[in-house]
Amino acid sequence: MADIAFLLLIFFLVTTTIDIDKGLGLVLPAEGETIEIKKKNILNCLINSSGMVLLGGEPVNLKDVSRIVKEKLRENNKLIISVKTHEKTHYKDYVAIIDQLKIANATRISIADTD
Amino acid sequence: MKFIRKTTLSSEIPTASMPDIIFMLLIFFMVTTVLREFSGLPIEIPKAKRIEKLKSKRHTSHIWVSKEGLISIEDRLFNIENVRNIIYDKRVADPQIVISLKADESARMGLISGIHNELRKADALKLNYSTKTSLD
Repeated sequence: MADIAFLLLIFFLVTTTIDIDKGLGLVLPAEGETIEIKKKNILNCLINSSGMVLLGGEPVNLKDVSRIVKEKLRENNKLIISVKTHEKTHYKDYVAIIDQLKIANATRISIADTD
Repeated sequence: MKFIRKTTLSSEIPTASMPDIIFMLLIFFMVTTVLREFSGLPIEIPKAKRIEKLKSKRHTSHIWVSKEGLISIEDRLFNIENVRNIIYDKRVADPQIVISLKADESARMGLISGIHNELRKADALKLNYSTKTSLD
């Protein structure tokens, strides 16, 4: 009896995968939903195909994005960050930017179509 | 005064309750085991710091995107134009659905952006970019 229980226990121990899915959550805007936004409330964040970042017209380091965005959000809490990527941008760089924005507690993130 | 020494110390672990413990562990693992439903595509998911857990497995649907640009849902390959239909069906079946995008870190944004648009058209707006925990 105990042997069978042990055997079953080992089987379930081995087959169990406690992998909870983790990731960066995002809510996409509904289809056809376009709102006019004032220019001063938009912060453009462009990522090119080699992973270089242009934030508000200035080239910045990836690691500085959260700090700069945090400062800008302090000045203007209505700020919407518009992330735009090149068609050939690596997904990794895009996720890194979204992560940086999340670290900066930016909730208004807009994702523009690729060029 | 004389000290009385206790010499009869039993050095055995009581084993009478061992089957109970084993059964409890067994039941725990039986309950928590989720046999993987779909194998997906071989991908290397990106790393991120500010991650959140997906609430429930039941309301999650995965889309795999490989670095070659293949799209797989439930172990079937799809063209980008067909993603809309299958996701829409899932959305109708479960309005709470969260799409977990398991894309390779070298996947191109052109394709990811296309998937974004397809998801918007299918009205499946809750998206989660599947990532690993970054340590630094």
